[in-house]
Amino acid sequence: MAKMTIQQKLAILSDAAKYDASCSSSGGAKRSSRDGSGLGSTTGSGICHAYAPDGRCISLLKILMTNVCIFDCAYCINRRSSNVQRARFTVDEVVWLTTEFYRRNYIEGLFLSSGIIKSSDYTMEEMVRIVEKLRMDGFRGYVHLKTIPDASPELIERAGLCADRLSINIEMPTDAGLHSYAPEKDATGIRKAMAKVRTTREDRSDPSHTGRRRKGYAPAGQSTQMIVGADGSSDADVLGNATRLYGAYDLKRVYYSAFSPIPDASEVLPLKDPPLLREHRLYQADWLLRFYGFTLHEVVPQGGDGLLDLDVDPKLAWALVNRDRFPVDVNAAPKDMLLRVPGFGTKIVDRILAARRHSALSLEDVRRMGGRTKAAMPFVIARGHVPGRVLDSADLRDRFVKPKQLELF
Amino acid sequence: MFAPRLPRLGTLAAWRDAARALAGAGIEPAAVDWGLEGGAPAMFADPLPPPSAGVTAPKLLADMLPHLVPERTGRGMDVAYRLLMRSQLVRGLMSNRADADVATAFAIAKALRRDIHKMHAFVRFRDVTPGGHDGRRAFAAWFEPDHRIEEVTGPFFASRFGDMDWAITTPEVRIVFAGGTLSYVAGAFVRPDDGDPLEELWTTYYRSIFNPARLKPDAMRAEMPRKYWRNLPEAQAIPDMIATARHRVTAMQATAPRPPAQAVPAGRNVEMKDAFQNDLFGATDLGTLEREAEACTRCPLHGPATQVVFGEGPSGAEVMFVGEQPGDQEDLQGRPFVGPAGQLFDQIMSEAGLDRSEHYVTNAVKHFKFNLRGRRRIHQKPATSEVKACRWWLEQELAQVDPKLCVAMGATALGTLTGNAAGLLKRRGSFERTKDDRPVLVTVHPSYLLRLPDPELKQAETDKFRKDLEKIPEFLSN
Repeated sequence: MAKMTIQQKLAILSDAAKYDASCSSSGGAKRSSRDGSGLGSTTGSGICHAYAPDGRCISLLKILMTNVCIFDCAYCINRRSSNVQRARFTVDEVVWLTTEFYRRNYIEGLFLSSGIIKSSDYTMEEMVRIVEKLRMDGFRGYVHLKTIPDASPELIERAGLCADRLSINIEMPTDAGLHSYAPEKDATGIRKAMAKVRTTREDRSDPSHTGRRRKGYAPAGQSTQMIVGADGSSDADVLGNATRLYGAYDLKRVYYSAFSPIPDASEVLPLKDPPLLREHRLYQADWLLRFYGFTLHEVVPQGGDGLLDLDVDPKLAWALVNRDRFPVDVNAAPKDMLLRVPGFGTKIVDRILAARRHSALSLEDVRRMGGRTKAAMPFVIARGHVPGRVLDSADLRDRFVKPKQLELF
Repeated sequence: MFAPRLPRLGTLAAWRDAARALAGAGIEPAAVDWGLEGGAPAMFADPLPPPSAGVTAPKLLADMLPHLVPERTGRGMDVAYRLLMRSQLVRGLMSNRADADVATAFAIAKALRRDIHKMHAFVRFRDVTPGGHDGRRAFAAWFEPDHRIEEVTGPFFASRFGDMDWAITTPEVRIVFAGGTLSYVAGAFVRPDDGDPLEELWTTYYRSIFNPARLKPDAMRAEMPRKYWRNLPEAQAIPDMIATARHRVTAMQATAPRPPAQAVPAGRNVEMKDAFQNDLFGATDLGTLEREAEACTRCPLHGPATQVVFGEGPSGAEVMFVGEQPGDQEDLQGRPFVGPAGQLFDQIMSEAGLDRSEHYVTNAVKHFKFNLRGRRRIHQKPATSEVKACRWWLEQELAQVDPKLCVAMGATALGTLTGNAAGLLKRRGSFERTKDDRPVLVTVHPSYLLRLPDPELKQAETDKFRKDLEKIPEFLSN
């Protein structure tokens, strides 16, 4: 077989990497190369350098070191029984691609993942070597590194010292799901790796005995991803697991990835279009849990089918079944109740709280601040506005449900 | 009527000086027509009043000026001056987002920030080496921003591309970074027609990272509007990517799964865990026991926990300490008694003349049971059924270690060892017998000491706990 060009390798190894949803380049330490001694900077907030026609941002060079893998996970394009073409980057190739793309302002940095070759430790060490080489060459851009389950603590330590973010994918919403789709992966091993990252981060953030802060360990924290729609897990399963993961391992993000058909698919999987709307509702629910003071059972009521309403967003869904909690007075209600009004985001709520000290607010005032008053109208009282009987009307829900389209996307 | 005409470079500083002078003289916003040098000449322009130092802008407004003054139509300068004047009379005006001027200013600033952000994102450099100072590589880019943001964005690129020389040219300004020095040149520039050899590789990446099954061109256009496309090399591939997407997905769905091309080599032994479950009675040492316990599903606690936390210590230990269950830290680290209660335990152990590493330390229940409160995992007492399910492992540990003495710390341990958990505080300090007739010393759990709010009582109870432990060396020497 003729030697592959770097372009052929890039095509294969980025195609294989695209099922990882994360492309965030935010958070973490601030770095600069203003003094001319290196290349790159991080400002704390990420930049999306391009958008693909799938609407997703391209911030990082997202590639696999290799798509050769000893595992056979049904949902994965790189599983060992798949017929995809295999390739592997050398250390120098990844370093060259990253820095040359970076110099042209195409990317914020590198997101390096990999199939598992030989052993967990071997794979992890090869990946860490790439990032260590990048850093040694003076690269100060963002690096997101996948951690490999069962890799030794020393390697996880080295990984966190050169990367801004570490992540390890929990893959399926339940342990049983993981066991049936990825029989060689072990949910406990994945959770242990997350625990290791959390404890190392905490140890490292304690000042050392000399009182100096030690070098930052994975300053942008860790994240994970769950595939949604490949097995029969409910949204309650997905969000319940996410809540536990946020609590146990101090995750920055849990990504939900709608299962999408892959070339050369395994026969156990649904080759349907990805459930993009469901994925969107899960992100909305995730936000309610983390920033709006909602509990899991408020978002996914117990005793139901455990699925989020696809027709209306989860906050509106909650408001529609808890109408006795409304209307909420924009000019008097406490913050936690304003946060529960459909159409008000956290920023809008802060603006309302600041502005209502000056004068009583009308709906128009709230609209000018950026509130979605069309959604909020039935649920709020404002200067010159009382919702009246709308709130009790039986067809309130219908006002918000768009007529069904034949094809969603 | 006043008509300040500001320079194209250094606009912000010039605006500040002019605004200070005008505001110092009490000139009404309606009487000021802001503009740039070389722009529309003023019809009737009075000479500007002399500079004044008496006027200050509130911080919120001052911070916003870099995102108002560069606005292209002049509305930004206008509203900034109006807010400056009104802020002299109304305290806290800038925090009232319901005010029409404030809302306008925030809307303009938002548009400017977006313009700046898009410039950070969508500038594309071409390699023009040689041409750099002292052997530095040289790059050039062309960009067309909506507003006059060159001087706001220059420092960002300077701190990012510090080790190379570069120039970003817009239709009106060239930002130059050469030999580590940042400068700006005003002029009238035209778009060059050059490319970069790496654009093909970059476009390959752009095509490959796209998932055709998730086609959402509107979402793309919302963040990367068409007006930017002509200066983005990868955007040339967009029409073709959209046109072929549906076909690619249908082809994937229509292709029946093929058998693997080659014999699939075996991965890790997937039956390992099941094998453990069947081999429970063959356990011969603590290490094997621990590995078997990792696969335990005798009660539901294994689900939410990170890992099993097995006992720790030499197999020939004379004393076995039994606590209740692992906590947050124990669950993360996989070792018993390493959290706050564990640290207290270690401290009092050494005060009582005991070396923890010589003894065996374990828990009645081997998985962490918790409730989530916000993002914190709060310890929850294990149910009787869970303690009962886990007793099997404790019995295996007892059989392997065969200690001369057990120490029951807390009611859960006492219950599982003796069969009776009642009246702990009355029984503490005494020696009883376990169900399999071993001597057991009864005492409290160290976390009980941590929970006592009254410092005096805490001290007294800590002393009692130490005295309990001090009975151990005495017992062993008899």
